[in-house]
Amino acid sequence: AEVEETLKRIQAHKGVVGTIVINAEGIPIRTTLDNSTTVQYAGLLHQLTMKAKSTVRDIDPQNDLTFLRIRSKKHEIMVAPDKEYLLIVIQNPCE
Amino acid sequence: IGHPEIFPLVFTTKTQEIFNCRVDEDVTEENCFKLIKKEDIIQDLKTRAAVSDFHPVRKVILEYPGEELLLVFDAKFQYGQNFYLVASEEAKENLLKPPETAEEEEKEEENTEGTLEIHPYKPPVPKPWVSLGSEKEVEEESVKETVTKIKYMLSRVRRKFGAPITFTDKNASHVKDSYVECTSYQDKSFSIKMLEKDVGVQMVPKVREASTQTKWIYQKNTATQYFPRQLSNEEKEESLSSDKLKDFLTSVSLRVEIALQQNEIMNAFFDDWKALAEDESSSGGKPDVCLKAYQSFTDLRYLKDRTISCVCWHPTIYGIIAVSAREQLSYEKQVNLSGTSLLQQSVILFWSFFYPIHPQLMLECPEDIYCFQFSPSDPNIIAGGCINGQVVLWDISQHEEKLQNAKTVADGIQMTDVNMVNASVLKTFQYNCMSGLKRGKVRIQVNKAKWLPLVRYCAVSSIEYSHKKTVTDIHWLPDSSEEKQVGATSENRAEICVQLVTCSPDGSVLFWDIPASKLPEQVKEKENFYMPPAVPDTLKHLDICWKPLIKVLYTNIEQKDQVDTARTPQEFCFPTLSFFQQIMYLYCFPEKMRSLNTLEVLDRESPYTEMSTPSSKNLKVLENITTDFFVGTEDGEIVYSDWKMEIDSDSIKPHAQKYTTHTETINTLQRSPFFKDIILSVGGRSFAIWKEGVTNGPILQSSCSAGRNTVGHWSLARPGVFFIGRDDGNIDIWDLLKKTHEPSHFQNISESVITFISPWIASPKQHFLAVSDDLGVLHVLEICQTLSHPSRNEHANVLDYFEREAKYLKYCEQEYQEFQAKTELKWNGR
Repeated sequence: AEVEETLKRIQAHKGVVGTIVINAEGIPIRTTLDNSTTVQYAGLLHQLTMKAKSTVRDIDPQNDLTFLRIRSKKHEIMVAPDKEYLLIVIQNPCE
Repeated sequence: IGHPEIFPLVFTTKTQEIFNCRVDEDVTEENCFKLIKKEDIIQDLKTRAAVSDFHPVRKVILEYPGEELLLVFDAKFQYGQNFYLVASEEAKENLLKPPETAEEEEKEEENTEGTLEIHPYKPPVPKPWVSLGSEKEVEEESVKETVTKIKYMLSRVRRKFGAPITFTDKNASHVKDSYVECTSYQDKSFSIKMLEKDVGVQMVPKVREASTQTKWIYQKNTATQYFPRQLSNEEKEESLSSDKLKDFLTSVSLRVEIALQQNEIMNAFFDDWKALAEDESSSGGKPDVCLKAYQSFTDLRYLKDRTISCVCWHPTIYGIIAVSAREQLSYEKQVNLSGTSLLQQSVILFWSFFYPIHPQLMLECPEDIYCFQFSPSDPNIIAGGCINGQVVLWDISQHEEKLQNAKTVADGIQMTDVNMVNASVLKTFQYNCMSGLKRGKVRIQVNKAKWLPLVRYCAVSSIEYSHKKTVTDIHWLPDSSEEKQVGATSENRAEICVQLVTCSPDGSVLFWDIPASKLPEQVKEKENFYMPPAVPDTLKHLDICWKPLIKVLYTNIEQKDQVDTARTPQEFCFPTLSFFQQIMYLYCFPEKMRSLNTLEVLDRESPYTEMSTPSSKNLKVLENITTDFFVGTEDGEIVYSDWKMEIDSDSIKPHAQKYTTHTETINTLQRSPFFKDIILSVGGRSFAIWKEGVTNGPILQSSCSAGRNTVGHWSLARPGVFFIGRDDGNIDIWDLLKKTHEPSHFQNISESVITFISPWIASPKQHFLAVSDDLGVLHVLEICQTLSHPSRNEHANVLDYFEREAKYLKYCEQEYQEFQAKTELKWNGR
């Protein structure tokens, strides 16, 4: 439904390699990549997001993490956190 | 007591009475003398025997010669007793008379004073010694022995006295140090024994080492095994459909999309500065473009008067390059390639960088080899095409290790250079004998040097079924494709290269099949032909009886029907065969060798004839593979066609294109390693670049050059660079991004015609270009940095260029067509 549509739209962007939706515990719910990669991304990024979130909140308890972008040589990983879910998008920047 | 005649006596009163010598009566001091008759004394003695006072002197009295004995009263006890007896007459007389004399002398003296009377000499008369007590002193002073002397009496046997003495000799050297001595020893009797010693004492605590072992085990994780938690499908469905997810996505998607778009708009991390620097270095200035001479190889024995026909790098081992040589023929002879008898054994030589003097390996060839190739899947299998049309196979797996260790070998054989010269001369004789010439030379058994082995071919094709003319090009089919007899390509599951394609000026393209069931180790019981030792048994069953699998004929366009195989005046070179490799094929391979199937594909001709269906199983023919290929001919035509059989009974669509751009024999047709549809063709005085799909003509064609281009090759590293070899020994380096009307650089390599160019990337830093010339010398050059490293976006730029050119060509074509239409209209209009 709407969920599908939104995810499809995100996936259709130029250069997007994959999209993963994981729940609060770090278990992937929906993914466009293969299983092993998904599991790896989910586990690692979940922890990293938790750490980033706690960092932001430690500095200022009123603050909260809204978006996390990791730029690497090959591509960019974007993480959008929420209370219960986490959306991970991997994109190849245009070159 | 000095007076032996005086005997002291003690007279008792009785005695005194008897003899009337009573003291103070008869005898006084003055009148001390009494004469006693001897007889009286004797009478007394007799009467009173022992009691008599005369008893002790009884003997004396008896012996007294005189009659009367003088008895003297000793009032002074001079002799110790009151009386003494004078025992001698003289003494008696002396005693009685001397005082008279003395008195007389005194008187006389008194008298003489008055008168001088000459007294006659009177000798001194000895007086009796009177002891005055000096005896004691003398006694004291005299030395007397207090200890009795010890008396030793030594006796010896009489006979030993004065016996002869015997001396013996003793050698001084027998004694240690030639020195004999009485050694001194410490006499214990003189040593002082220490009875007291002063010593200090200190108390220290006693130190002791001890250890114990505890059982405390530090728990540590050595390994952890885990598996990720995963939701089951139902749970996933559930959460997907939950509202929470919807809300989440709606809230999040905006952010995500913004981020994505940011990335799409521009690359925020692009370093303009760095990119600028790279462009600078490649475009500005005149960099030093050159080919540095690295090494050159030649061999005087085998390559004398021979030209190198083909050069191939070993695909896996660094620094090994193989060279095939054939006789130098003038141009006329080259055209009528007759099988001239060989005067010299033809070989393929393997050179190693590390030992440029001697080749590493030699492959024996039945005839001169025109071209050869390493098998891409197994570099130990080499296929070569001879000038008489046969195809030869070698297996060098025995020497693979030796080739790989060429470097170590090179260091060790420096010293044997001198010996090898002689041995090699002998070897030449041997080869001459083996080639069967009647020179009258006896076959000499020469111990072949270990490090120059000669590998005999292990399979050669049968003469009747091979090409009738020189095999001008040979290629291995890539391992993913397999040409079946049907003419349809099928999958090759084994992924080893098992098929060869050869072409020849006799107008045919032959596909050869190497059965995958090689029997490398098995020994055949029945030996139909003698195989010399040390030849691997691989492909033994193919030897002499090897036949091609498929034969594709190309004929002249004008000719209508052909049944014969070799009739056409047009001869073909077939240098290129390339495939699109993404497709997977099924391997299917017939068990036994089939008889030759002649498939004749004709240009714009009636269909060919028979085709037998093979007993194949699991054949999966893929439709969308491209089996197109280019053929370059000896006349300068380029034909673009497809060999896949179109099983069309009525007509075969001649989907073959022909281009006559070059005027002379095409010697190189090559696909670019970077672009699959760009082909370089070199022939005669010009070269051209073609693009598949563009059928109008070449997208780039060079102008006619002064000399002839003899060979060309794309560069393996840069997409827009290729090398052209010329007949004056120059190499032209064309860089399409710099100049398209002339070479960007040229360099002279040798004096004679360049016969073959082969670039190779040995390592990212070392790019080599092997250039061979007509004199039999192989030059290996190192390609400089600028030519071996592509600049940024070079690939894209070159692609752009090609596309532009293609578009331009199309535009030209269009223009031409329009013009033609216009002129036709004009004509028609009239």
